[in-house]
Amino acid sequence: MTETDRQRALDTAEQVDATAAAAAVVSGLPPDDPVHAGGETRSQWRDVWRQFRSHKGAMVALVLFVGVLLFVSVGPYLWTIDPTYVDIRARNSGFSAAHPLGTDQLGRDMLARLMAGGRVSIAVGLTAMIIAVTLGSFIGLVSGYFRRLDAPLMRLTELFLALPLLPLLLLMVTLFREPLSQNFGPAMGIFILIVSAIGATSWMQAARIVRGDVLGLKEREFILAAKSIGTPPRRMILRHILPNVLSPIMVAATLGIATAIITESALSFLGLGFPPDFPTWGRLLFDAVDQMVLYPSRVILPGVLISLTVLCVNYIGDGLRDAMDPRIRGR
Amino acid sequence: MTKALVSAFALLAATPALAERGADGDLKVLYWQAAAVLNPYLSTGAKDIDAASMVIEPLALVANDGSLIPQLAAEIPTLENGGIAADFSHVIWKLKPDVLWSDGSPFTAEDVKFTADYCRAPDFGCAVLAEFDGIDSVEVLDPLSVKINFSYPKFVPLQAFVGGRTPILQKAQFEGCTGAAGASCSDQNFAPIGTGPFRVTNFVPGDVAQFEANPNYRDPQKPAFATVTIKGGGDAMSAARAVLETGEYDFAWNLQLDPETVKRMEAAGKGAVYASFGTMVERIELNQSNPSSSLPSEERSSAAHPHPFLTDPAVRRALSMAIDRPLMTELTYGPAGSPTCTITPVPAAYVSEDVTCLTQDIEGAKAVLEEAGWIAGADGIREKDGVRLEILFQTTVNAVRQDVQAMVKQWWSEIGVATELKTVEGSSFFGGDPGNPDSLARFMADAQMYTDAYYLPDPASFLDEFTCASIPSPESQWQGSNSLRFCDAAFDQQMAQMHQTSDPAERQRIAREMADIVAIEGHYMLPLIHRGMVSARANSLAGTVPNGWEGSLWNVADWSRAE
Repeated sequence: MTETDRQRALDTAEQVDATAAAAAVVSGLPPDDPVHAGGETRSQWRDVWRQFRSHKGAMVALVLFVGVLLFVSVGPYLWTIDPTYVDIRARNSGFSAAHPLGTDQLGRDMLARLMAGGRVSIAVGLTAMIIAVTLGSFIGLVSGYFRRLDAPLMRLTELFLALPLLPLLLLMVTLFREPLSQNFGPAMGIFILIVSAIGATSWMQAARIVRGDVLGLKEREFILAAKSIGTPPRRMILRHILPNVLSPIMVAATLGIATAIITESALSFLGLGFPPDFPTWGRLLFDAVDQMVLYPSRVILPGVLISLTVLCVNYIGDGLRDAMDPRIRGR
Repeated sequence: MTKALVSAFALLAATPALAERGADGDLKVLYWQAAAVLNPYLSTGAKDIDAASMVIEPLALVANDGSLIPQLAAEIPTLENGGIAADFSHVIWKLKPDVLWSDGSPFTAEDVKFTADYCRAPDFGCAVLAEFDGIDSVEVLDPLSVKINFSYPKFVPLQAFVGGRTPILQKAQFEGCTGAAGASCSDQNFAPIGTGPFRVTNFVPGDVAQFEANPNYRDPQKPAFATVTIKGGGDAMSAARAVLETGEYDFAWNLQLDPETVKRMEAAGKGAVYASFGTMVERIELNQSNPSSSLPSEERSSAAHPHPFLTDPAVRRALSMAIDRPLMTELTYGPAGSPTCTITPVPAAYVSEDVTCLTQDIEGAKAVLEEAGWIAGADGIREKDGVRLEILFQTTVNAVRQDVQAMVKQWWSEIGVATELKTVEGSSFFGGDPGNPDSLARFMADAQMYTDAYYLPDPASFLDEFTCASIPSPESQWQGSNSLRFCDAAFDQQMAQMHQTSDPAERQRIAREMADIVAIEGHYMLPLIHRGMVSARANSLAGTVPNGWEGSLWNVADWSRAE
């Protein structure tokens, strides 16, 4: 019996337990010998992938997301125009062979700018998300599992939730911009700063969700069983609890990417993000708003790319959750 | 050229004024920053001064060409008519007779004296106290003449009560508001009684101000409009749209927008934009002190550490030569700006004739650097004795300024100077907090760009900002107007001489020389663009005249509805 099958059995048991007579409980108990019944074994991840493929929306999103990633990572090697090169004679040109997506008000190539901008935006989105989710899951797991740490950690989470996000970011940028750009160079310094600032201020949702799920899991029979045979907390968390809360973590992560991309544009808008000659999708969008009526493509292109990335990531997250949660499978 | 045409056109349009008072109904004005108070002695924001100028008037206004127009004064005091004392120790203003406040009481010299005392009260914190500098006392000679005594010979004697920043308040109304009580008198500050063409009917700070024609205004035929609404809020773009495209409003103020967008809006045929050219000059300041982060933070950008390469005149000159000012102006400000080489762009008598900076010369700039020993390294960045030409260039967050930054960066890179750009939020950049590392006065960068302006045709008090004594330092809590940390004995000497000179022609010569030391010859400051204040007016509005020295509503009494 695989891990997931066992869980399904447990779930059935629980449902029956809640709705019907106590007699049914016995039938749902796991067999005494949980070793796989010989024959072929399927890895959990292959199983998830098989499930994932059946989610049409998620597959389309995955293909598009890989496309966007290739566009920003491989694109600049094929399209080698410098995104910051000012060519005043070619300003405001439309779609042409020399500039497939036109140029902006200073004659900078839009295609090159979208590639360069996407690199930064996606890198910020992914890195900030990883930081936020790692931190959030850790705090969530620890506070859900260890009762003594629960209250202090949750009060800390609430403290962070209550803090006004933007002023805090502004303060961090003012304090740390100088030393970081000194040590890592201006672009890398500000990248580290923005990514950690966004990560450090958006882990709270993940932490609360994970803690809630852990609290629920802790009372389940298989955990109690594991506890009764003396499993140490570390293995308990890594082996039994973490895999079971992966699906909410995945959803929080995908939503986090979108938030991070948008927060970065807000910071650029306030002049506290990347330097002005450093294109990001958020900045491209902001710069083009004034000329929206004259040159709609300059707003639409970065806007579409931001929305596309965010939507794709959400769909992928959705598909992953469905694939990983046996209760939703096949619905 | 364009300026002259615009004003000639506006004057022509203004002539058919045979209407009677209040015949033209309602005037709708849009200020995208709303007025917060209607008393210019509490706030020097243009949004506040402009709205207040509908109600309260000064003794004289400055005309677009820098001459004075009597407003509440019967005539402008001069040496010839005896208004200005031969030794510049006092000024006597003669007032117009039979002027009434909007409540019907007569306007007298007592009100002038009261206003001076009101601003000079020690614990009041008058926003325009500098305009009253040097005044010893104000005496009422008779109800229609007032004498202003100076504590030293003041060679720019007509300063207080000239221009919309220092209007006359009514003594009877403000008598209880002197000293510390001044800021808390909201009834008075929100609805001052004035002698101007309108009076306040409703004022909501930060939102809307409504006015109606003053029944006691001295010209019985004016104003043509019965009521005026000044609505605040929104942004420059939506304000321009409301006048030029939808026609909801008659007038909108301060529209710094992309020239192409504006042209497109004007094509709708509902209105037009015009610019008033005052003293606003967009400039780049080159830091003369070392902002390097390797210094202890309290010593960064202090005069004790000279800048490693911007103190070299050749470098500054090359940086200036690399910039194509006319192209930059055309692309970013359009008709709202003109390229300039000086920091004192008006009146014409104060402008130096040297305009060589208007021609970009990349090759020349390279040659200047080569000659001074700055040789290009492997990566194309020039260096000498281990010092690399790397500049951190900061300005405020503003789409137009970021475009200028991008262009300047490119031009400087062509002559082998690397530029790193930085933007600072406007309120932080212009803020005066000594602990703020991003402020204009703290100047923790090698170059910075912003616009500065002054309000009197004589630039003495403006040039005084660049003396050695005005350098911000840790001792002065980083306060001081000489943010570029420029210090030149010759300049200070000229300044001292100017303070001793009364002859206008001589003063103009000294002012030109001083401006040259800072900008045209010294290149400590790189003037870029002489900026105009851009306003939009509906085609149905007649009588608007551009004036770079006063607020946009300075002659609202003459405005009327065109047929």
